[in-house]
Amino acid sequence: MQPFSAFSLFREGLKGQKGWTPQWRTPEPKPAYDAVIVGGGGHGLGAAYYLAKEHGLTNIALLEKGWIGGGNTGRNTTIIRSNYLFDESAALYDHALKLWEGLSQTLNYNVMFSQRGVLMLAHTVHDVQSFQRHIHANRANGVDNEWLTPQAAKAFCPPLNITANIRYPVLGGALQRRGGTARHDAVAWGYARAADALGVDILQNCEVVGIQRDINGAVEAVETTRGPIRTKKVGVSAAGHTSVVLGMAGVRLPLESYPLQALVSEPIKPVFPCVVMSNTVHAYISQSDKGELVIGAGTDVYTSYTQRGGLHINSHTLDAVCELFPQFRRMRMLRNWGGIVDVTPDRSPIIAKTPVPGLYVNCGWGTGGFKATPGAAHLLAWTMAKDQPHPINAPFTIERFRDGHLIDEAAAAAVAH
Amino acid sequence: MLLIPCPHCGDRPELEFVYGGQAHIARPADPSALSDQAWAEYLYMRDNPKGPHAERWRHTHGCGHFFNLVRDTTSDMILASYRTGEPRPTLAADPKGAA
Repeated sequence: MQPFSAFSLFREGLKGQKGWTPQWRTPEPKPAYDAVIVGGGGHGLGAAYYLAKEHGLTNIALLEKGWIGGGNTGRNTTIIRSNYLFDESAALYDHALKLWEGLSQTLNYNVMFSQRGVLMLAHTVHDVQSFQRHIHANRANGVDNEWLTPQAAKAFCPPLNITANIRYPVLGGALQRRGGTARHDAVAWGYARAADALGVDILQNCEVVGIQRDINGAVEAVETTRGPIRTKKVGVSAAGHTSVVLGMAGVRLPLESYPLQALVSEPIKPVFPCVVMSNTVHAYISQSDKGELVIGAGTDVYTSYTQRGGLHINSHTLDAVCELFPQFRRMRMLRNWGGIVDVTPDRSPIIAKTPVPGLYVNCGWGTGGFKATPGAAHLLAWTMAKDQPHPINAPFTIERFRDGHLIDEAAAAAVAH
Repeated sequence: MLLIPCPHCGDRPELEFVYGGQAHIARPADPSALSDQAWAEYLYMRDNPKGPHAERWRHTHGCGHFFNLVRDTTSDMILASYRTGEPRPTLAADPKGAA
């Protein structure tokens, strides 16, 4: 692997940028691997990286049906935060946030992690009480979160409209200063580059079409569009398509797949210093380093695999954005898209062993998986390597739905579900 | 936005409707007799197919009736619309061996 440094940038600048080599190989599939990861988003690529880096398994294949980072990793609004209510969730998401804080150095790849602060707006008395409860619960768990008055929120985010005459006036907000954004592609590419350097075969355009099991029911191979691959361990990190892949092994999961939409504006000069989220009026907004306003809309009401949805979902969010930030009323939107998110009944993820020996799953992240990328990857790798969950993901089983131990994060995505 | 054929009112925009999830899930006649696994199956497990999906809708801002659609989740094309209580129609698009 070519290490990146100020010196290497300077040297290549003098040589006309001609010395850069591909950041990862394009290998042919081998007939057998020690472990296979299905899904080449940030979660899957990260899991392959941590398996190789921390658990010594280097004979690993990562199978991606399209191109890496082309699914939900490339379709989200890159918001990162960890101010979740319940102890289990706070531990899980803060584990991820701590990994984010050192990720660029760990991977020697700038993931452009920017802790610019995530401000969640309260518009009703219920919001205020709920956010206060979150703030106290977060502080008890060592997660930073603080209350801002409307004036303090305006000082933190000057474009915010805090006048009292709008339909849902801003009554305050909960601010997590450690929260922020990262560059989605860089996360996928950084993990891919680091995993490849450790020997992981990244196989793109390689869709899993079947999972073979031996006489005891354990995984023995996966069938792909590029031929069969023998392996004893399969980790599935396929987001909205998890039900489809796990169905090949006869495993049923409590998941439903919905389109979640987002859109970006034309690029403008820096105007928006933080991330603002409002679940009551449904607006999520930040500004990318390219200058586009990145706006998160909602899920469509029906299950679908189409990666698109109804325009009224976007216009509803734009109504809210225009009321909260009147200066954006005349801006034009550049493009919109949908991603397919797998939603669990309690809005918390599943990172667990399945009833099939050798088959592991990381799914159910619903509308908020990007923020968890390094944590989910790290915990899936741990669970696969040791054949038992890490204490942090031990509560996030499939069996919790049978046993009644739900982790009921209605606020998981801060969306009114 | 979907244009949804209500079996009572005809084609209406999606905004008039509320989605009700997978159709044809009957509440168990004797819940207390079920195992935890069977109860979890009833409460939480859904088919989530990539293809034809039978689902409940309610024409909330119209006639108020519940009814069922078969919709292809790969294209959002609506393949059939039928009243509550009627069986799911068999379609050419159904995978082999499906109910």
